[in-house]
Amino acid sequence: MPDVVPTRALPDRGPVHATGEVLATRRAGAYRVLTLAVPGIPERFRPGQFVAVSLDTAHLARRPLWIHRVRATGTHGATLEVVVEPCGVGGRWLSALPQGARLPVTGPLGRPFALPRESVPCLLVGEGYAAAALFSLAERLRDRECPVTMLVAARDEAHLLSALEARRLARSVTVVTEDGSVGSRGTAATHVGAALDASGAPVVYAAGAASTLAVVAREASARGVSSQVALERPMPCATGLCHACVVPVLGGDGGVLQVRACLEGPALPGDRVLWDELG
Amino acid sequence: MSGLGLRSPVMVASGCGGTGRELAPFTDLDGLAFVTRTLTSGARSGGPTPRLVESPSGFLNAVGLHNPGLTVFCETELRWLVRAGAQVFVSIAGSSLAEYAELSRSLGRTPGIAGVEVNLSVPDPEGAGVFDAREPYLAASAISVVRRELPRDLPVLAKLRLDVSRAVETARAVSEAGASAVVLGNALPAAMPDGRPAGLSGPALRPVALRCVLEVVRALPGVAVIGAGGVESTDHAREHLRAGAVAVQVGTALLHDPTTVSRLVSDLAGAPHLVRGSDSDHRDQHHHRDLHDHHAPDPHDPGRDHDRRTDLRSPAE
Ligand code: FES
Repeated sequence: MPDVVPTRALPDRGPVHATGEVLATRRAGAYRVLTLAVPGIPERFRPGQFVAVSLDTAHLARRPLWIHRVRATGTHGATLEVVVEPCGVGGRWLSALPQGARLPVTGPLGRPFALPRESVPCLLVGEGYAAAALFSLAERLRDRECPVTMLVAARDEAHLLSALEARRLARSVTVVTEDGSVGSRGTAATHVGAALDASGAPVVYAAGAASTLAVVAREASARGVSSQVALERPMPCATGLCHACVVPVLGGDGGVLQVRACLEGPALPGDRVLWDELG
Repeated sequence: MSGLGLRSPVMVASGCGGTGRELAPFTDLDGLAFVTRTLTSGARSGGPTPRLVESPSGFLNAVGLHNPGLTVFCETELRWLVRAGAQVFVSIAGSSLAEYAELSRSLGRTPGIAGVEVNLSVPDPEGAGVFDAREPYLAASAISVVRRELPRDLPVLAKLRLDVSRAVETARAVSEAGASAVVLGNALPAAMPDGRPAGLSGPALRPVALRCVLEVVRALPGVAVIGAGGVESTDHAREHLRAGAVAVQVGTALLHDPTTVSRLVSDLAGAPHLVRGSDSDHRDQHHHRDLHDHHAPDPHDPGRDHDRRTDLRSPAE
């Protein structure tokens, strides 16, 4: 397996809690993409990290959001794009935010993806809105001259995130939908084995439902490929304070460790996660 | 003064400050009273997920006293917190009075701590496998065991349930047993949507907490009371302080906004409870020595009294 360097956040790159402003909001299929200006976060961000937003004091759990893109703009400095699925109280609230709305944002949070030391081919597997986590990673890998292959999957065309954008970033892109409305019919889980074989990548990065990530990790291990999975758990605080987002992982000594997805993750080595005990 | 040696009337409540490190990017821990998550003798991996569920203006939690155990805690989290300058109150829960004694004996030999908080309000004691302290006399037994094992000058906080009908009775019992202050209160016993026992915390509890504080302060004017439960703004903290509390603890609000404590500390900086102005260089030297001596603590070291500040008071005095 290739050497992957954990890219731990440096102390001076710790998270900030700041007021963000919605600069733009647009529909992207079934999702809403918000462009946020939040001082301090874009500069500190590294692929795999996320932000959390607070709603109101009637809804205390913070909502973690994948960062789709970080962009430099003339007027506001760098901005963030986050993808929201308009489901649940938080999703609906966020999706309905108008341009100009202000909201508390904390970030960047979590441990970023570990990057390969050398220029090796990489496979990126993204499912639904979680695929957002992989676009800045694809850019970063491309800058390091790693040939990138992407597998983007969703239940239907409306839930497919930025397939066009993927084509711009990756050498080869496979699109799969459960209903076959676009690309091949199937799921990320049913296609990952073939994608691993075709890409010959020694590293796979994945973001999606836990059940999909478990399959990615298993298929990767079976081929001696290392996997980095961006795991979504309920994250009521998202800052490591509450120990609600624990993930059982295999410790160095063979024992089970409970790590916090928001702090020691969300990017975790797939072969370490005890998928059957995830709950 | 309360005799607790607090440098600000705002404390971080147990279980909501992580190990301290996670809070540090958002709050200056130097001089801040920080209550650790509740520790037991051995490590506990906590309950199954989901452990925290949103409830109207609150959280239901079933974290299950997830903690690394006292020994590991002292070697890792405690050292870090002390080095960061926090006034560390170690929260403990035992499965029996003997375990309380054992935990307290170890803490009595642990340099650098500012006090001990006894968690007498675990929402589900049977499920959590801890000593059931719901009855006032049982709560008082736990406090007297703890008090007996600790140096007289080390404050012992008794964290009680927001039990309106028995708050005064329990507060009286634990302070007679040697508690330096009562903390009112912890999450209220509740249930997760799937039926698992849980604790309800957050703004939903605020009026209940205030009511308990008022009753205890009125009935027991000699007892130091710390208000807790849904405090998230300076106004909420002032409500407690006006009611006669010597301090407030902030917990759930940190999960929503990790900067809450730093905001409250600076807003209340003019409050008479604040006794800042300690010589921080001097304090740092002591911390350094404490850490250095970690493996060979001397309980009779006169420097320890100084570390815990001179306004500490034994409850018997
Ligand atoms: S969500 Fe609170 S510790 Fe991870």
